Amino acid sequence: MPEGTVKQGIGASVRRKEDKRFLIGKGNYTDDINRAGQLHVYFLRSPVAFADIVSIDKQKAEKASGVVAILTGEDVAADNLGGPICGWVPTNKDGSAPSEPPHPILANGRVRYVGDHVAAVFAETLEQAMSAAELIDVTYSEMPAITDLKTAMDKPQIHDGMENNTYFDWELGDEAATNDAFDKAATIVKVDIRNNRVIPNAMEPRAAVADYDTGDERYTLFTTSQNPQLTRLVIGAFMLNIPESKLRVVAPDVGGGFGSKIYVYPEEAVCVWASKKLRRAVKWTADRTQAFLGDAHGRDHISDVKLALDKNNRITGLRVDTLANLGAYLSAFAMVTPTYLHGTLLSGVYDIPAIYTNVKGICTNTVNVDAYRGAGRPEATYLLERTMDVAAKQVGMDPAEFRRLNFIPKDAFPYQTAVALQYDVGDYEPLLDRAMAMIDYKNFENRRAKSAKNGKCRGIGMSTYIEACGIAPSAVVGALGGRVGLYESAVVRVDPTGTISVLTGTHSHGQGHDTTFAQLVCDKLGVDIEAVEIVHGDSDRTAFGMGTYGSRSLAVGGTAISKALDKVIAKGKIIAAHMLEAADADIEFKDGKFTVTGTDREKSFGEIALSAYVPHNFPHDRLEPGLEETSFYDPLNFTYPSGTHIAEVEIDPATGVVELMDWVCCDDFGNLINPMVVEGQVHGGIAQGVGQALYEEAAYNDNGQLLSASYMDYCMPRADHFPSLKVENLVTACTHNDLGVKGCGEAGAIASPPAVINAVVDALSPLGVTDITMPATPQKVWQAIQSAQTKAAE
Amino acid sequence: MRTITMKVNGVSTSHDVPDNTLLVSFLRETMGLTGTHIGCDTSQCGACIVHVNGKSTKSCTILAAQLEGAKVTTIEGIANGDELHPMQQAFHENHGLQCGFCTPGMVMSAIELVEKNKNLSEREIREGLEGNICRCTGYHNIVKSVQDAAGKMGG
Repeated sequence: MPEGTVKQGIGASVRRKEDKRFLIGKGNYTDDINRAGQLHVYFLRSPVAFADIVSIDKQKAEKASGVVAILTGEDVAADNLGGPICGWVPTNKDGSAPSEPPHPILANGRVRYVGDHVAAVFAETLEQAMSAAELIDVTYSEMPAITDLKTAMDKPQIHDGMENNTYFDWELGDEAATNDAFDKAATIVKVDIRNNRVIPNAMEPRAAVADYDTGDERYTLFTTSQNPQLTRLVIGAFMLNIPESKLRVVAPDVGGGFGSKIYVYPEEAVCVWASKKLRRAVKWTADRTQAFLGDAHGRDHISDVKLALDKNNRITGLRVDTLANLGAYLSAFAMVTPTYLHGTLLSGVYDIPAIYTNVKGICTNTVNVDAYRGAGRPEATYLLERTMDVAAKQVGMDPAEFRRLNFIPKDAFPYQTAVALQYDVGDYEPLLDRAMAMIDYKNFENRRAKSAKNGKCRGIGMSTYIEACGIAPSAVVGALGGRVGLYESAVVRVDPTGTISVLTGTHSHGQGHDTTFAQLVCDKLGVDIEAVEIVHGDSDRTAFGMGTYGSRSLAVGGTAISKALDKVIAKGKIIAAHMLEAADADIEFKDGKFTVTGTDREKSFGEIALSAYVPHNFPHDRLEPGLEETSFYDPLNFTYPSGTHIAEVEIDPATGVVELMDWVCCDDFGNLINPMVVEGQVHGGIAQGVGQALYEEAAYNDNGQLLSASYMDYCMPRADHFPSLKVENLVTACTHNDLGVKGCGEAGAIASPPAVINAVVDALSPLGVTDITMPATPQKVWQAIQSAQTKAAE
Repeated sequence: MRTITMKVNGVSTSHDVPDNTLLVSFLRETMGLTGTHIGCDTSQCGACIVHVNGKSTKSCTILAAQLEGAKVTTIEGIANGDELHPMQQAFHENHGLQCGFCTPGMVMSAIELVEKNKNLSEREIREGLEGNICRCTGYHNIVKSVQDAAGKMGG
């Protein structure tokens, strides 16, 4: 819908309601919260990657100024506390259950990564806690660290009883049919893929403030969470044995998450536990170093990819064998990310009749790896879109035309892939065509020649991606080993004066829900946006919901809101029929008014709201008073955003520096509620993907030390790394939710890494370079050029 | 410990501060001005940027005890009552913020950038914001916001 035809409803780029508090310094983040008499906790972390703890001498530290208590793994064991749990556990290919070794919230006898929690020091000030931690004398009996993904299976057990350091060994697809495709193939393409390990780096470090009220015997936890209701469930029921009703979890303003704030970590559980034990509120805030050492990392896959083509260059088969590094302990969605969120995406936007994938989840002496913006889908997209470029080159086709040849045609929907998913709708060629027009693809060689005159290598690279989001249909999730439902809740509470609160189980930490969700209300009820408040993040206020990740909030949570609004309208119609002395069927609701069809008799929405709460003239025989409706919406399918991203780069062969010259994309997210917010999500996603492709890497040395544990060593993308980004959309509406929406939060991060690397390889191909691993740092690019030239000279 | 008198957002204030207290801690904990954020521990991220005597300064790199007689302006001090500063307004109009955590530092940095040069090119804006990290926006709309504000601030 063109901007201007609607001011506040669906399709309008309404400026965000939440902006003001952030712009004037009145945001309310967890570290901004302080409780009377609070203690500060500092976690003494393991300096070694793999060791048995011989002894912990805390006597000196306990006597230090301001120290109130020091708790260790022995105290955790004595109180019989549980650890973080895994939320989705797929079955091994032999039908057995994966390994789920325990994860004590403070290490008990053994540490398994640098940063593992050894002791919690509670003191009056943070400085006192930090100083005292230095006085704790821990004796470690070190073992050689296991950090290399390829050889970890052959090393001693990190967890007793877990063979080959393998959490799971999973498969998907038809191996026999895939083998058959390779037997008959005219061309076989082989690609080794490494998906580098990255660190989420939400700008707000994680934090927790826990308080135990001795009067009503109830805990309150303020925490940096993307899903406070799940946090309450896990800490209450699985870790600390607290009745859920006795634990309130509040996620106030949260400064970015990107997946890293989905999970329950040891720190917040320790704060809750200690708040009762010590009868004092407890506060913890990570510094950036702790964030690097302790937040779940992302990606870290090695894959062998094989693609089979027939004589017409149509894809007939795909085989992917992947090792996924999951780190020292299993995080909540660690097992589903490289399996069902990865293997199911391997068909991409292509018609591939046979696919088989095997994924092994490997344990190493590194911090946990879990879902990070895109979660499995970027890894799948990267390997597939790199392989498409390699294949196109091998058969001598233009990468765009090779992709086009293999697209699922638009009349093939609903399309059943060979890896379980059924795509409901899509149309990929117009997205490709538009993006190619946006970047003037056909004249690229002129630009390459111009750059060459300046001594630069110019390259162009694309990615035609799909993703599965709107996570997720609960029954499907359950059948595939999920231990949670993935519906979403919404309560629409109309006040007597007609103002409206929407209570959602999703959580906004930058996505602009306050605005986008309010637009749904404006659109349906015809009220002004200022009359709508969105409430999220407080387990005492919202209904049980599953939070925000997997680009699910609008497709699932928004649909729940839409359905609750429909219920409000339906009830309003009965009230209006009574007041207007008409039949229910004769009432229509439009532009905020209930009207008797074909007459000028009407009641405004506000009048109906008032009548619901002052029910003097009210259909008591049919309705209860009040105007508040709840909906729990469980989606029928995943949603499938798709699109084409094209990157153009220029490389200085003398230095290896890659400069991003241009970026275009044309995405299909289904219907857009707020195009401005959607565009912002795409920008951010692209930047994160470019970061992974060019700059970012979590690097461990052989001793298991994280070499990139600060912004001095871990390169974050900055403003001057980017050109202006050109973002457009086309729409095929999702067929199975009321709003026709698909989700946009992760798409940029999924689409962008292969576009960048394809462009880099294209730029360097005249020099003989055929591959480069992420991140394509200047050193790596320069080295690749030297190696290729040395090889050429031989 | 020493007694320090400074002007914070135009108001004179006097406090006893330990010698090792960083300005950012003083602002957040002593003054209750929690709009200034801490995003790293190596002076890289810029979330803590405030103005000290008109110059944008990472408040994690300076001690409160160094600031006797200084004028400090934080994100809480730049609006004129309910009327946002043109930079704040431009960030709102151009969707220059998402989670809001880097925003105060970004806005304070951008104000000084524009005050020093009202005819900034896009490249100069991008280079000028090199000391501020944002993980949400891809910087695209931040750059647009600064361009917009530069026009309104008399560029």
